[in-house]
Amino acid sequence: MLQVYGTPLQSRLLLGTARYPSPAVLTEAVRAARAEVVTVALRRESGGERAGQGFWSIIRELGVRVLPNTAGCHSVKEAVTTAHMAREVFGTPWIKLEVIGEDDTLQPDVFGLTEAARLLCAEGFEVFPYTTEDLVVAERLLAAGCRVLMPWGAPIGSGRGLNNLFGLTALRAHFPDVPLIIDAGIGVPSHAARALELGFDAVLINTAVAQARDPARMAAAFAQAVEAGRAARLAGPIEPRDLAAPSTPVIGTAFRG
Amino acid sequence: MRILVNGAWRETVAAELSTVLDELGYGEAVVTTAVNGEFVAAGVRPRTRLADGDRVEVLAPMQGG
Repeated sequence: MLQVYGTPLQSRLLLGTARYPSPAVLTEAVRAARAEVVTVALRRESGGERAGQGFWSIIRELGVRVLPNTAGCHSVKEAVTTAHMAREVFGTPWIKLEVIGEDDTLQPDVFGLTEAARLLCAEGFEVFPYTTEDLVVAERLLAAGCRVLMPWGAPIGSGRGLNNLFGLTALRAHFPDVPLIIDAGIGVPSHAARALELGFDAVLINTAVAQARDPARMAAAFAQAVEAGRAARLAGPIEPRDLAAPSTPVIGTAFRG
Repeated sequence: MRILVNGAWRETVAAELSTVLDELGYGEAVVTTAVNGEFVAAGVRPRTRLADGDRVEVLAPMQGG
């Protein structure tokens, strides 16, 4: 079973909670995905409206584990402060660490990321860094104390799947024992199945489910794809080859000779 | 004095962060706070004195990816 920071997870589908048409649809989608972990964030709360309080009660009723993020942080300082605030509110040492470096691609600032990861790991946080497929950055994050990595598939919300197959495959091969969760860019269930077939341990999906015409149905489709991909990985896929290899035995073929 | 709360200027006579939160209607809401970019834990709010021009962030759980 997959273990992240000592916590066993049966479901390899982590779900984001943003961009759903309504709280009720979010609830349906989490259930349909059979997700055990959902990501959450912190935002400014108005004393009058208190929008966050209702959301938080919905999440608590779902009985799932939360993975707070530092989305929107562009500096080490912002990310570290947000992590402290998240730990207090959500009561978990888990933090999905995002330090955004560039607004068009929402690409991680890997320099700030490694620095923030070092600071937070030293304080006892269990850091899930949102990173690229870069091997050297991955090494630095592990040296900083991270025991899980979350490489991107493609830019957040882009739905393009696994953009750099070569780089991601190399990452998987280079760190066979580190839990690797593909975070961001997955568009359709086949992308998720592919990630699991390649040996990635789990996927985190948000936009692809939340913005689907029927989010709960899409969540269920992702759950099936993740299970299929994992089963295929365990079953040992064949190696691709360039030329045909007959699947029907050729010995004893009629009308020959 | 004037303090900046979640990006909006507010007039307050209260000095302590916990009192300012009460004034602004947060009551028992689940929130977490920072002053001038530094996290202020819930237990420390009653003895966190604010000064004119301080920047206060009051955050709560929200949807996230």
